Amino acid sequence: MTQQSFDVERIRKDFPILTRELPGGRPLVYLDSGNSSQKPTQVIEAMREHMASHYANVGRALHVLGSESTEAYEDARSKIAAFVGAPSRDEVIFTKNASEALNLVAYSFGNPNNTDERFRLGPGDEIVISEMEHHSNIVPWQLLAQRTGATLRWFPVTDEGRLDVGGLDELVNERTKIVSIAHQSNVLGTVNSVSPILARVRQVGALMMLDASQSVPHQPVDVAELGVDFVAFTGHKMLGPSGIGVLWGRRELLDAMPPFLGGGEMIEAVWMDHSTFAPVPHKFEAGTPPIVEAVGLGAAVDYLTSIGMEEIKAHEKRLVTYALDVLQEVPGLTVIGPRTAIARGGTVSFTLEGIHPHDVGQILDDVYGIAVRVGHHCARPLHLRFGIPATTRASLYLYNTTAEIDALVRGLHHVQKVFG
Amino acid sequence: MIAESMYQELILEHYKHPQGRGLREPFDAEVHHVNPTCGDEVTMRVKLADGGKVLDVSYDGQGCSISQAAASVLHELTTGSTVEETLSVVDEFTRLMQGRGQVEPDEDVLGDAVAFAGVAKFPARVKCALLAWMAYKDAVIRSQG
Ligand SMILES: Cc1ncc(COP(=O)(O)O)c(C=O)c1O
Repeated sequence: MTQQSFDVERIRKDFPILTRELPGGRPLVYLDSGNSSQKPTQVIEAMREHMASHYANVGRALHVLGSESTEAYEDARSKIAAFVGAPSRDEVIFTKNASEALNLVAYSFGNPNNTDERFRLGPGDEIVISEMEHHSNIVPWQLLAQRTGATLRWFPVTDEGRLDVGGLDELVNERTKIVSIAHQSNVLGTVNSVSPILARVRQVGALMMLDASQSVPHQPVDVAELGVDFVAFTGHKMLGPSGIGVLWGRRELLDAMPPFLGGGEMIEAVWMDHSTFAPVPHKFEAGTPPIVEAVGLGAAVDYLTSIGMEEIKAHEKRLVTYALDVLQEVPGLTVIGPRTAIARGGTVSFTLEGIHPHDVGQILDDVYGIAVRVGHHCARPLHLRFGIPATTRASLYLYNTTAEIDALVRGLHHVQKVFG
Repeated sequence: MIAESMYQELILEHYKHPQGRGLREPFDAEVHHVNPTCGDEVTMRVKLADGGKVLDVSYDGQGCSISQAAASVLHELTTGSTVEETLSVVDEFTRLMQGRGQVEPDEDVLGDAVAFAGVAKFPARVKCALLAWMAYKDAVIRSQG
């Protein structure tokens, strides 16, 4: 099923961890990339090389290493800007992860330091998210609502695991200041259609943010084409290291927003009674940034680009089509989320009748070396919506194969033998 | 294989055939404990008699095999004993579970609960094993007012 242009066996050779043996001689079957992805040699080497030959702090050191390090760090910013189609590299802000990017934007609303009308938020104003959000796209808005007295509202999710936009015109209205939803769900795999929601958001003069943590790693994403105001994603899910995430925002909005964290490198001048701030992106990058991590993320997007995001998307579509077919033949297995490969990514969450996901995950790992995630995957409201405490989740990426999906199915049959 | 040391036959037996399950009257105290990371839940009732005897421990709940089997074993070990005896079993069980697999269990104190020794090697599952036992301790304290 592998096409000539996409050679999964060749790709697997780039990921050293995929050939390691687990204790007891089990091979590793890694089906947890939605949680965090593995890293190719190219990323590991780029980071090693930077630390071995070019490392120094960025922005403030005038020596050779300082300028090489700064250049590598800023070069990574340019690569990431190009990767997501950002109109300007200054619109790419490095954060610690997607969570920080989401918090940064939430912090700029209802903030006395922000006089821009679009960010004014108080009692009577509304924030809209959805039932399928990761806690990282829930809690910052909950905290914001608590701080300001604004109301937090939710798009419902249908039984099939799609966003229910039936009430769009009522839900997003003149009181709405910001709509923030997942581009792709980390549990359901659902890819949300942005344009109908964005059209309504523009009609009412609100702003829109996308949590693209699960889409940027798996499909071509062009922020300008999407047309939203803010996009958050995270390095460790897209072959990069942990410790680095990205906020993309429209320049004009970023300029209007107040700083988030204060510290070195984010200032223009500091007096004893006040400070002025550096232009974006540096205004939002207080302190020594994740330098080596940025270099690693730059190498990761080079790697993804060399394979091709369209090819990666197509490979995952073939895999998930196969996975949905064979998984749904397992007796007692219920897929939570779209059951066909249309407008969904390679994340499949499911329940096995009568068997708790913890037991499923433990047996899969201990007996077969299959790494899946079990629990609520940081999306508790979504699990409440479906009336279940937890699911088992297999999430696929460019290095996964149909043979690994077969192993999962064999593992599930064994789980049923143990607990049946 | 590691799983075998965790899923002892005795644990699976208790999971498939739980002892003393279902909430019963009369009771002195009822508690509800949850494990927020995985949604395991247990509701537990305790009925004590004069002289410090445990007359009945009844429970209901949902969750993984470890959490549900632990409640069943707890029911067997506590019902009919004295409060004092049962609390020393709870202490020994807690010590075993929090020992990261390094603690030698005292079989004389633990009885069947020794089957959970393998769980201690899985930090993520220790909370599952302890859920019912912590609920029991809580319920006893409340019963004694
Ligand atoms: C949809 C979604 N949003 C946000 C996050 C948070 O990412 P991070 O933990 O890197 O901040 C994740 C991943 O855990 C996710 O899947």
